[in-house]
Amino acid sequence: MSEVVLLLVSTVLVNNFVLAKFLGLCPFMGVSSRVETAVGMAAATTFVLTLASVASYLINNFILEPLGLGYLQILSFILAIAVVVQFTEMVIHKSSPVLYRLLGIFLPLITTNCAVLGVALLNVNQAHNFIESIIYGFGAALGFSLVLVLFAAIRERIAVADVPQPFQGAAIALITAGLMSLAFMGFAGLVKL
Amino acid sequence: MQELLIATLTLVGFAFVCGGLLGFASIKFKVEGNPIVDQINEVLPQTQCGQCGYPGCKPYAQAIAEGEAINRCPPGGEAGIKALAELLDVEILALDESCGEESLPRVAVIREDECIGCTKCIQACPVDAIVGAAKQMHTVIESECTGCDLCVPPCPVDCIDMPEIEVTIDDWQWPSPAKTPANETIPVKVIS
Repeated sequence: MSEVVLLLVSTVLVNNFVLAKFLGLCPFMGVSSRVETAVGMAAATTFVLTLASVASYLINNFILEPLGLGYLQILSFILAIAVVVQFTEMVIHKSSPVLYRLLGIFLPLITTNCAVLGVALLNVNQAHNFIESIIYGFGAALGFSLVLVLFAAIRERIAVADVPQPFQGAAIALITAGLMSLAFMGFAGLVKL
Repeated sequence: MQELLIATLTLVGFAFVCGGLLGFASIKFKVEGNPIVDQINEVLPQTQCGQCGYPGCKPYAQAIAEGEAINRCPPGGEAGIKALAELLDVEILALDESCGEESLPRVAVIREDECIGCTKCIQACPVDAIVGAAKQMHTVIESECTGCDLCVPPCPVDCIDMPEIEVTIDDWQWPSPAKTPANETIPVKVIS
C-alpha cells in the first residue's frame, strides 16, 4: 500500500509530467487562460489518461508481448488513445454540452497530448504491473491537472497585471511556467523510490 | 513472412475491434438535435444577414425555439412571420421595426469599374458569394447572393448597389409552400 502512495505522490509532485518531464506542454499553454476551461480540460485529460494507461497496459501485456510484437507499441498505443479520446468526446457531448463547447478543439487534441503517449510508454519502460500502471496514469493526470489549474489561476492574475510590453502574452506565460518548474524542484528528494 | 502476417493481422483485428467499439458508442451516445430548431430554420429565408441580432439564421432559429420573438426577420417579411406563427402556434406579430424593413428580394451588384479590390466586402459576405482577390476587381455570384446588405457598409468607395430583383414573366414562381401560411395555400384542384 505504501508503495502505491509513494508512487502517486512521486508522479504528482516530484516527477510532475509537465514541470519535470516537460510533457503535455501544448494544452498547458493553450487551455490555461481561464480557470473554468482549465478545470474542464484537466477533468477530461484525467479521464483519458487513466483509461489510456489501462488500455495500453492490457494491449501490451495480452496482445503485443505474447506475440512478440513489441515494436508495434507506439502504433497500437496511439490507436488505443485515439479511440479512448473519441469515446470520451462522445460521452461528454452527450452528458455535458456546455463543457463540450468550452473544450472545443482541445478535446480531440488530447490525442496528440504527448503526456498520454508518454505515460503509456513509460509504463512499459518501467515495467509497471497493472495496479501500478493505473496509479501512474492517474498520478500523471492529477499532476497535470494540478499545475494546469494553478497555472490558469496565475494567468488570470497576470491578465490584469501591468506587464511590460515585450513580455506580454506567451513570453510572460513561459517565464511563469519556468518559475513554477523551479518551485516544483523543491519537491525533489521528497520521495526516494 | 509469418511474423509479418501475424503483426498485420493483429493490428487489423485490433483496429476492427476499436472501430466496432466507436460505432457502438456513436449509436449509444447519439446526441439528438432539437427537431423544432431545424423546422424553424427551414422557414427562415437563409440570408444569414444578421438583422435579427443573431449571427445567422440557425442561431436565430435556436433562439426562437427558446422563446425569442418571431418578428425579427425582415427578409422573411410578413409571410415568414405568418409561417412561423403557424408552425409554433403563436400570435402573429408585426415586423419589429428596430430590425429593419421588409424589402423585395434583392441582389448585390458591384460597379466593377469603380471597385478598388480591397477585399472588404469578401470578408463581410456570410455566404461567400463574392469572388476576387486583393487589388483585383471583385464580382458577385448572383445565384449565391442572398441580398443581405452586409457587404454595403464595409465598401470604402460605395460601389455596391442592391437593386431589387425584377420578377419577369419568365422567372415568376409560386411562393415556397414552407413560407406560405395554411390559409393561403397554393390553389390546387384535384381532378378525379
